[in-house]
Amino acid sequence: MELDPDEVFADDEDELESASYQGKEATKELVVYLVDASPKMFSTTCQSDNGDDESHFHVAVSCIAQCLKTQIINSSYDELAICFFNTREKKNIQDLNGVYVFNVADREYLDRPTARLIKEFDYIEESFSKLIGSQYGILAGSRNNSLYNALWVAQALLRKGSTKTADKRILLFTNEDDPFGSINGITKKDMIRTTLQRAKDAQELGISIELLPLNRPNEEFNASHFYAELLGLEDDDLNQFMPSALMRFNDLKNQLRKRIFKKRKVRRITFTIANALSIELNTYALIRPTVPGQITWLDSVTNLPLKTERSFVCTDTGTLLQEPPKQSQSYKNEDIKFSSHELSEIKRISTGHLRLLGFKPLSCLKDYHNLRPSTFLFPSDEEVAGSTCVFIALHKSMLKLKRYAVAFYGSSTHPQLVALIAQDEILTGGGQVEPPGMHMIYLPYSDDIRHTEEVHTYTGGTAPRATDDHVKKATALMRRIDLKEFSVCQFANPALQRHYAMVQAMALDEDEVPEIADETLPDAEGMARPGVVKALEEFKLSIYGENYEEEVDLAVGGKGNALAKKRKAEDAAKESTNYDWSELADNGKLKDLTVPELKLYLTAHSLPVAGKKELLINRILSHLGK
Amino acid sequence: MARNKEALLLLIDVGPSMHTVLPEVEKVCSMLVQKKLIFGKYDDVGVVIFGTEDTDNELTNEVGGYEHVVVLNHLKVVDGDLIKVLEQLPRGTVDGDFLDAIVVGMDMLIKKFGQTIKGKKRLCLITDATHPIKDPFEGTKQDQVSTIAEQMFAHGMKMECIVYRGQQDMDGNTSVIEENDILLDIISKMTSSRKVHVENSTSLLGALRTRNISPVTIYRGELELSSEVKVLVWVYKKTSEEKFPTLKKYSDKAPETDKLATHEVKVEFEYKKVDDPSKVVPPEQRIKGYRYGPQVVPISSAEWEAVKFKPEKGVKLLGFTDASNIMRHYYMKDVNVVIAQPGNMKAALAVSALARGMKEMNKVAIVRCVWRQGQANVVIGVLSPNISERDDVPDSFYFNVVPFAEDVREFQFPSFSNLPSSMLPNNEQQEAADNLVKMLELSPTGKAECLQPDFTPNPVLERFYRYLELKSRHLDAAVPPLDDTLKKITEPDSDLLSHSKPVIDGFRKLFELKENPKLKKSSRRLLREKPSGSNEERDDPGNIVDAEAVNFIEHASSFKVEKIGESTPVQDFESMMLRRDGADWVSKAIADMKSIIMQLVTDSFEGDNFQKVLECLIALRKGCILEQRRILLVSTSFLHLKMSC
Repeated sequence: MELDPDEVFADDEDELESASYQGKEATKELVVYLVDASPKMFSTTCQSDNGDDESHFHVAVSCIAQCLKTQIINSSYDELAICFFNTREKKNIQDLNGVYVFNVADREYLDRPTARLIKEFDYIEESFSKLIGSQYGILAGSRNNSLYNALWVAQALLRKGSTKTADKRILLFTNEDDPFGSINGITKKDMIRTTLQRAKDAQELGISIELLPLNRPNEEFNASHFYAELLGLEDDDLNQFMPSALMRFNDLKNQLRKRIFKKRKVRRITFTIANALSIELNTYALIRPTVPGQITWLDSVTNLPLKTERSFVCTDTGTLLQEPPKQSQSYKNEDIKFSSHELSEIKRISTGHLRLLGFKPLSCLKDYHNLRPSTFLFPSDEEVAGSTCVFIALHKSMLKLKRYAVAFYGSSTHPQLVALIAQDEILTGGGQVEPPGMHMIYLPYSDDIRHTEEVHTYTGGTAPRATDDHVKKATALMRRIDLKEFSVCQFANPALQRHYAMVQAMALDEDEVPEIADETLPDAEGMARPGVVKALEEFKLSIYGENYEEEVDLAVGGKGNALAKKRKAEDAAKESTNYDWSELADNGKLKDLTVPELKLYLTAHSLPVAGKKELLINRILSHLGK
Repeated sequence: MARNKEALLLLIDVGPSMHTVLPEVEKVCSMLVQKKLIFGKYDDVGVVIFGTEDTDNELTNEVGGYEHVVVLNHLKVVDGDLIKVLEQLPRGTVDGDFLDAIVVGMDMLIKKFGQTIKGKKRLCLITDATHPIKDPFEGTKQDQVSTIAEQMFAHGMKMECIVYRGQQDMDGNTSVIEENDILLDIISKMTSSRKVHVENSTSLLGALRTRNISPVTIYRGELELSSEVKVLVWVYKKTSEEKFPTLKKYSDKAPETDKLATHEVKVEFEYKKVDDPSKVVPPEQRIKGYRYGPQVVPISSAEWEAVKFKPEKGVKLLGFTDASNIMRHYYMKDVNVVIAQPGNMKAALAVSALARGMKEMNKVAIVRCVWRQGQANVVIGVLSPNISERDDVPDSFYFNVVPFAEDVREFQFPSFSNLPSSMLPNNEQQEAADNLVKMLELSPTGKAECLQPDFTPNPVLERFYRYLELKSRHLDAAVPPLDDTLKKITEPDSDLLSHSKPVIDGFRKLFELKENPKLKKSSRRLLREKPSGSNEERDDPGNIVDAEAVNFIEHASSFKVEKIGESTPVQDFESMMLRRDGADWVSKAIADMKSIIMQLVTDSFEGDNFQKVLECLIALRKGCILEQRRILLVSTSFLHLKMSC
């Protein structure tokens, strides 16, 4: 019997997830980067973005380096191996010729990425010829087949982990579209057959093979020579293959550093539509603020992690409290004590599930009815068969009648009224943009809503209202500065990206932190377009008239404020002459004065007046030089 | 005396037509006083009731008139006794005259405070306003009310009106009701205060602001349309969750005789070395580490400070876009309101023009905000227009935070159209669903919207404060059940249900639901999301029934196990883990279990013990999870095990 430590230690949550019916969701990705290191990869070059020539080998390697740096942040639990073929040296488990698995210390061949791997891989090009060497492995007369060997090694590396939980892939980088071109006859046929069989075997084991071809100058990579069959491409796919492969190449290089969360339901809830009619839903967190990873406190001497211990100490007796203490609220000069049981009883006002209360037109949901990020609901037939059908029926009716549902969500800590908005599926060429289902929006209570816009009223009903002309200028402006294709998630979080860059620089001992562009700044170029400038100017003119600058200065009140301050200081100076400060200080009598009296001195000498009395006295003493 | 001292005078109509809702009035007023006892201990509160048989007020004594108005509680600093007064409001016998009550109330406020505490004098009128007020000696009622409103304004008083209109009283006296509404509108307009209508008792509980929070701006500065055009704005919070009160930890360790005991609990955090828990690492020797793959990278705060993202304070417009581009579920946080700088007419005009333009074109504005200098990050948000319905309130914007690219998780879900047809509703079922949605309408035409967030109180807070008051009187009172008014928030309205019974029954008949009993048992437990950010939903672990933990405790046998035997290692281990009569038992249990497992592995013949080993391992793991801190120790023991396999 084999004991898989992964299984014994797996979180309960993972167990549940794998048992879930929701299709098979792989929880882990295992990738082998297979890089052709034949001399051809070094000799052919292509133009890089900035016009320099770079070898195909460089293109492939830098693409992988970029992937690693992204992956270590996005999904550091995914495992990978880097493997070169057509090499002089060999290093692999099966001891096959022409295949070299690149690795660093403290790491298995197929393992999580580490800082060391990334760092050493950055220098691979310099050390390559010495350490690994390039040598084309498929030659007439020899029985060697380096491509076959490479696929075999990759397949062996990917034996780890079951296909149920892991998504296994081989990414193949090459510029050779006809690997067996140099040989002829029966040997060639035989080699092609065995290589294809090897690939087929791998695919049958649940490993997908992806080809990332590099175009030689004046000669497009022709997949139909050999690779079409290996990848199982039919006619139509074949035409589509090159453009999509190139796109994929770019995607790989330009990935956003973004922590990837595995799809996982937050909880399973029961949605009661009416008495004795309850369906089952799963909730998902589709939108949540991403924060820089958790902080681990380290000992700065040894850089070893520390563990935190929290203890409750009774201030009266100094004894350590074992169980969580009771809690109290001071009320009518008394401490009213609550046990944790009583507190949770107070919060338990409903059965703990979602309960339908009714429907309202979408216009009833105001923009200020929001408190927290929404939660996504999707039906599940796992426990209650038929749930999906009921859900879809309601979903369709709500969309058709433009209604949202109001329900009470009785969670144990945050029982709350919620709005359920039906969202239809939105698909674009790239795939699903908005999944079908309902979004649960947490509604505020009257206690949570403030009437702050009514704080500053214009008594007598004279609040300024824009005239039609003003509005016309405003709409003209809006037409000019229109973000047509705006989507909420088009900006990367600049602080988070800076954080990731910083951590990467520290981990890899890079000399400087790469500058991260702040995408959230306004588009200065676009704003400077004559049409926009004119529309802005007209809007300004219609509202402020000719004297915009003066109006703004006046409103900021810079001058007025300074004047008031000056007058105050003069007054204070006058008043403060009534006291003999140095004598008071000498006799220690400053503490007998009141705070306003002390402040007279401070304002008169334009010192800060903030702080407690003691601080004020100290400030005066130090100003007096005592 | 507190700086923000406020004086509040409750004017409550207790006439016969109000009797049905007086229980709710009593509750909402007691709640208000309770919150004042906690959050505004120095505020003054007075209570005037009208519509009573008796008359008892100073104005009657001084000038006569003002009958059926009784001063129940003079303006004085709040105390607990006031709650008792409010909990049992006398029921009146005559139809009240709210104007008389207002005048009596104003007189009380002026006599006590004169021109002081301007803007902090509040009147709160709760009435149904269905009965005519007396005709004045001279002039019209309108003139009289205007004079009163002017006086109110001159003395810096505000008046909130809560007009209760139940369903029953729409008979005949509509002209009176209309007249009263006009009169009350005059006051609300001239003194810039709120007047709300409520139609049911639940809304009544939510209509009165029971806690007065003075608004604080989170930003004062420019809204940059471009580098050339800037509008001065202030930003306030529009919604902000009123949290369950933070309670103080209470220690009962001090002897009862100690009268000076503070009963306070200090929470101490200690950072210890993992390999040597006896050593406490001082704060200056600690450094923050961040994960990078399997490693943890130490970064000192000084290094951090040098490179960290430091945006400049300001609110910049990025552009306008169609409102439909921003879907409602992308709103991330509580909502802010952006108003023009008060008193700045031109800025107000600019905000008004933009808001109205946006409304007309169905657009929203995308803005980039840094509220404070030194803020750690920028916020991308959307401004949507808030066109004011009241003439004295300027137009403004609502501001909602939208997510960054990193915040959106792209999970794929199956298309409904791809599901097997057995999972899709047929036409008949779809029609039943349509009918259900139409039937359970909460905002029927011609009637007030039910469960409007603006008028729905938080039932948990209501319950907490009621229980607090109860406990202050009887120390060991039990948590009271949710009353019927609050149940209307958590459960569907019974009237609506019985009204739409045929539709619901029809719906239920058409859909077949079957429970899958097998799964029900095995995976009963609810999943909790791992907190990955501070704003994740959190759940009280105590409330999620942890089946395993319960089992664990059930296993605990009455006798005390001192050694783990080979025959029943799992049971022995669990019992030992539960021994709380000495701190060493847990460590001993784990150590013993470890050696038992090793022994079983070594002794095993062709794997015959492995089933048992696995059981032991699982028990050991469960135990370690419950004990949290020992996990590391056990992991190392696994390594041994793996090697010997």
